[in-house]
Amino acid sequence: MAVAKTSRAPETGLDADAMRAMYRHMVRARVLDERLWVLNRQGRAPFVISCQGHEAAQVGIAMALRPGYDWVAPYYRDLAVTLVLGMTPLDHLLATLARAGDPNSGSRQMPAHYGCRRLNIITGGSAVATQVLHACGAALAAKVRGEDAVALTALGEGSTSEGDFHEGLNFAAVHSLPLICVVENNGFAISVPWAKQSHTKDAADRAKGYGMPGVVVDGGDPIACYAAARDAVERARRGKGPTLIEAKVARLTPHSSDDDDRLYKRREVLADEKAHDCLLRFRTALEERSVLAPGDAEEIRAEAMREVDKALDEAEAAPLPAPESALLNVYAED
Amino acid sequence: MPVKSYIEAIREGMRDEMRRDERVIVMGEDVGVKGGVFKATDGLFTEFGEMRVIDTPLAESAIVGVAIGAAINGLRPIAEIQFQDFIMPAVDQIVSEAAKIRYRSNGDFGVPMVVRAPYGGGVHGALYHSQSMEAMFCHIPGLKVVVPSTPYDAKGLLRSAIRDPDPVLYFEHKRAYRLIKGEVPEEEFTVPLGRAATVREGDDIAIFSYGLMTRFCVEAADAIAADGFDCAVVDLRTLRPLDLEAIVGAARRCGKVLVVQEANLAVSVASEVAAIVAEECFEYLDAPVMRLGGPEIPAVPFSPPLEEFYMLNPAKIETRLRELAAY
Repeated sequence: MAVAKTSRAPETGLDADAMRAMYRHMVRARVLDERLWVLNRQGRAPFVISCQGHEAAQVGIAMALRPGYDWVAPYYRDLAVTLVLGMTPLDHLLATLARAGDPNSGSRQMPAHYGCRRLNIITGGSAVATQVLHACGAALAAKVRGEDAVALTALGEGSTSEGDFHEGLNFAAVHSLPLICVVENNGFAISVPWAKQSHTKDAADRAKGYGMPGVVVDGGDPIACYAAARDAVERARRGKGPTLIEAKVARLTPHSSDDDDRLYKRREVLADEKAHDCLLRFRTALEERSVLAPGDAEEIRAEAMREVDKALDEAEAAPLPAPESALLNVYAED
Repeated sequence: MPVKSYIEAIREGMRDEMRRDERVIVMGEDVGVKGGVFKATDGLFTEFGEMRVIDTPLAESAIVGVAIGAAINGLRPIAEIQFQDFIMPAVDQIVSEAAKIRYRSNGDFGVPMVVRAPYGGGVHGALYHSQSMEAMFCHIPGLKVVVPSTPYDAKGLLRSAIRDPDPVLYFEHKRAYRLIKGEVPEEEFTVPLGRAATVREGDDIAIFSYGLMTRFCVEAADAIAADGFDCAVVDLRTLRPLDLEAIVGAARRCGKVLVVQEANLAVSVASEVAAIVAEECFEYLDAPVMRLGGPEIPAVPFSPPLEEFYMLNPAKIETRLRELAAY
């Protein structure tokens, strides 16, 4: 099938600059993520958990939000979401190296437990799906005040088995909350495949039980993800209630730096996922549309490398927390 | 000064704070049209409407978890758990989330939320409508735990809890709702969190208690006063943080200590108070610290003789006081 060459993505209104920005965010996330693994394998970072393979979905969806106005309760893979909203590689390198200046938590939490007051990114813990309820609450508060802010939460497909996922979606639907719930389905909850999480074909099938739209989207296509999220956000802003979006993505790394996926994931499957890497796909699509000129992709990657190099130097020079600061911020009066 | 019941004071505490601050909302099962199964929220739905008095789906984790998110986004939610016994599905949200959000965000986010729940036995509620589970929450840094014993304190502490920037668990003894009445001023007042109250003066034995048991302790103290034993009764009121100054002061002054609670004793509030007294008052003590509480059985049984066996009453407390007095 011939691909129509156009510098504007059909039906989304995204112009060439917006699509280049999408690609740049995807590359920044990938380059940063790869660097985190290098630091881990060098023994300089005790723990890494990855967004590789999720970048297209995360960037496309996050670009449908108003940073600092809308509310976001992400999960541990949402590195690219945080970059689109305005967090930086430096922020996350400070967290990875457990430095005092980590804006997520002052390095009290493991890396990838995102949070940023300025950007309305709600601090998350390690228990999965609990954040769905916090997003519902943020959405409820916006509704009570009559604002048109929305709340977006994201989680893995395994987390849809948790009670808080059910309780949150049911609550959001009953009270018609401006919520967008994104399931980033990469097929595995650490080692357990989707078939052992649910007897439905898609996670989005569950939306029917809550009386809300359930949308399945190609998570390797950032424009499709943007379009799905934009529709859900518009619906939520108009007071029409929540939407469940399931983005089919690939997990190109083991669950975390402490996992070995060879035990449960066939190498051919991984090779196929890598052959369809969302970064390659989007680069090809943008080059075919002449949104990226020859050499642009290399320059974007080089630029991201320079940003991460500089951030790493800065993070390594940053101080660790003072031991006794462990006592602070238990209560407001501390 | 008007006399109010304990539950009226709680209701008025919510109502007055909702009038004062439009950020305050109430959410829970049956809190809206019905006004709560105990009528604690009666009239609030009519006055404030469905946007601020929210009947939620029957799901405790959501009641608390949604309240957390609403608190993060600027509201002051009061989440009602219908019976404290049913708080367990929400414990992950309370302990892993609410208690840790300020700490894990290094002070960037706070959870100004109150979780109200009726606790306690003596109403034929059996295992799952009678428990006293405050101790498990008192173990958790990041939480505050409040248990009032009088209408005055119920209202004043609730108003302080609603205004507090951190999560407060506010436990109401369900038998006290209509049993206990007392004077409550019409004008605005608050009772500070973290401060105990001496509700009966005395120099011979210091009794520490909270909730409905405070009232029983006063009755028991009055009963042995005729025999010349002068007991102080200190109502702890806030169980986390405990008022160390009040505990240590009364224990040192009296030299004999009895700690009374409805819950079973193992790893409990009474254990903590006894430990504080042992550490801080050893040289002042004239007798071992004594504790009195429920038996080590899973919960309060239904049949009246079984429930009466479980529950403390003024006579049981008096017996223990006489043992301590005679030591």
